[in-house]
Amino acid sequence: MAETLAGAAAANVRAYRDIGLMWTRAAMAYPASFWMMAFSGFVVGGLDFVGIWIMFHTVDSLGEWNLREIAFLYGASGFGLAFADMLVGRVERLGDLIRTGRLDAMFLKPLPLLLQVCADEFALRRLSRILQSVVVLGVACTFVAWSPVKVLVTLSMIASSSVIYLAIFVAFACIQFWTIDANEVANAFTYGGNAVTQYPLSIYPREVVTGLTLVVPLAFVNWYPALYVIGKPDPYGFPDWLRFASPLAAVVLMALALLVWRTGVRHYTSTGS
Amino acid sequence: MTSTSSADGSLIQVRDLHRTFTVRRKTSRFRGVRDEVVAVHDLTFSVEVGEMVGYIGPNGAGKSTTIKMLTGILVPTDGSLSVAGLDPSRQRTELARHLGVVFGQRTTLWWDLPLRDSFAVLQKIYRTSPERHRANLAEYVELLDLGDLLDTPVRQLSLGQRMRGDIVAALLHDPEILFLDEPTIGLDVISKGRLREFLRTLNAERRTTLMLTTHDLQDIEALCDRVIVIDHGTAVFDGPLADLHTQGGSTRTLVVDLVDEAPAISVPGAVTRRVEGPRQWLSFPADASAAPIVAAVAAAYDVADLSIQEPDIEDVIREIYQR
Repeated sequence: MAETLAGAAAANVRAYRDIGLMWTRAAMAYPASFWMMAFSGFVVGGLDFVGIWIMFHTVDSLGEWNLREIAFLYGASGFGLAFADMLVGRVERLGDLIRTGRLDAMFLKPLPLLLQVCADEFALRRLSRILQSVVVLGVACTFVAWSPVKVLVTLSMIASSSVIYLAIFVAFACIQFWTIDANEVANAFTYGGNAVTQYPLSIYPREVVTGLTLVVPLAFVNWYPALYVIGKPDPYGFPDWLRFASPLAAVVLMALALLVWRTGVRHYTSTGS
Repeated sequence: MTSTSSADGSLIQVRDLHRTFTVRRKTSRFRGVRDEVVAVHDLTFSVEVGEMVGYIGPNGAGKSTTIKMLTGILVPTDGSLSVAGLDPSRQRTELARHLGVVFGQRTTLWWDLPLRDSFAVLQKIYRTSPERHRANLAEYVELLDLGDLLDTPVRQLSLGQRMRGDIVAALLHDPEILFLDEPTIGLDVISKGRLREFLRTLNAERRTTLMLTTHDLQDIEALCDRVIVIDHGTAVFDGPLADLHTQGGSTRTLVVDLVDEAPAISVPGAVTRRVEGPRQWLSFPADASAAPIVAAVAAAYDVADLSIQEPDIEDVIREIYQR
């Protein structure tokens, strides 16, 4: 059973790769457009951080975090978002797929629906956003006083950050099974969530941080593991074990997202003809 | 591929199928009421291996809803459903390997890629063995005359070419059942004829079961040994096309152009429906022979020209709905 499950998973990964490659080839039919989009993705993402950097010319710290420490937060959240966006970002166009009947066509292929939706119009150029986050995170990492546990926590943070954003993309996209025009809702939590977690949560009121821990657990994307890796006290006095709980939050959130997806698919009513 | 079928041997088995939709209707700016719309109810039929079935009915009768339930897109509200021995909505991915589906009005091919590349991805998606893929591709490309177009991006194909491409795409994994939704819509006469010829060959040589929805009587006449007519979500007729004409009380029309204007023609076996100058329209039962009527008219009048109009399937169906 475990073997067939692993076999099925491997087959799905291969299918995603094949579909992704095909869209990449299709995108390469217009190479100039591809490279321009990739380059602008890198620059726009970079400008974001330049903004924070300029801000630090007038302030020395933000919520008692300095620029290098904030770069760590920025890189971790940015990587998670960019990675999730590349893998499943197209799920936010679910409403369009429903409207045009393309989702119906996906029902007719022997692959999981979510895989097909996410692989649809796969855009390799989004790799540039990931790259940009990696650069910032990489630089930030050079200032960390490393220990083996810190390495583990950092690696699990990067993985969890990606999975949490994946789950948020999927869960909120599902709203479109009920109301077709709701893709902005997901944006509020993905891109909006990234904008919030670029900064140390210590600049927000306690209630906001509680919400980001318990309701939409974006605090696990970078905040809690960073507290451990950089070695800071929790300004709100939340329990220390939260610093290691990011993988748990990621798994729970992903399970919830898949449940919502399943419910959405069974609720699906297609379009007129 | 070995064919899979349900306990009673039918490839498609539909029993007391129901599907309702909830539609929200606004009554004022902020209030709305929920209406239950019944799309399909009490639908029962079965299809055997190798049949070619025309599934027809007016717009909104429940055709698409039925096909969507058979293919696993929609979950039935009630009733039982089995296709190739599988429960479509629960075993969708497995069922997909047994089905080919062609939508006349939209393509499942990749717009910017050559046909060849779309087909190659399908081989990976369905995990068809490379040998079988190559053999099927060669055969279908030959039969549908697509050889010169394999390297053309789909967006540059004409509607007829794209449709043939879509049909090849639906068949590469050797499906036992092929669903066609308005397969000839928008095609010219020659393309329609070619396509029908191809579908007949497919059915004869591979025993592929065909189920098609169409508004084109000629599709039905050329292809289907059996017709299911659906109206208001339920089957109102299920049987051979010939019986449909008898049941619908359908008529053929003899159009007579006389040399001079004349009063209404009166011959046994036909009724004159309309007179317009020298032209007259006579109707007679669809299953009766036209020969004696034509002979009688020609014997009694100076005839300049004659033509026979076949019954319009829409009229026949309308006739059935009204009973």
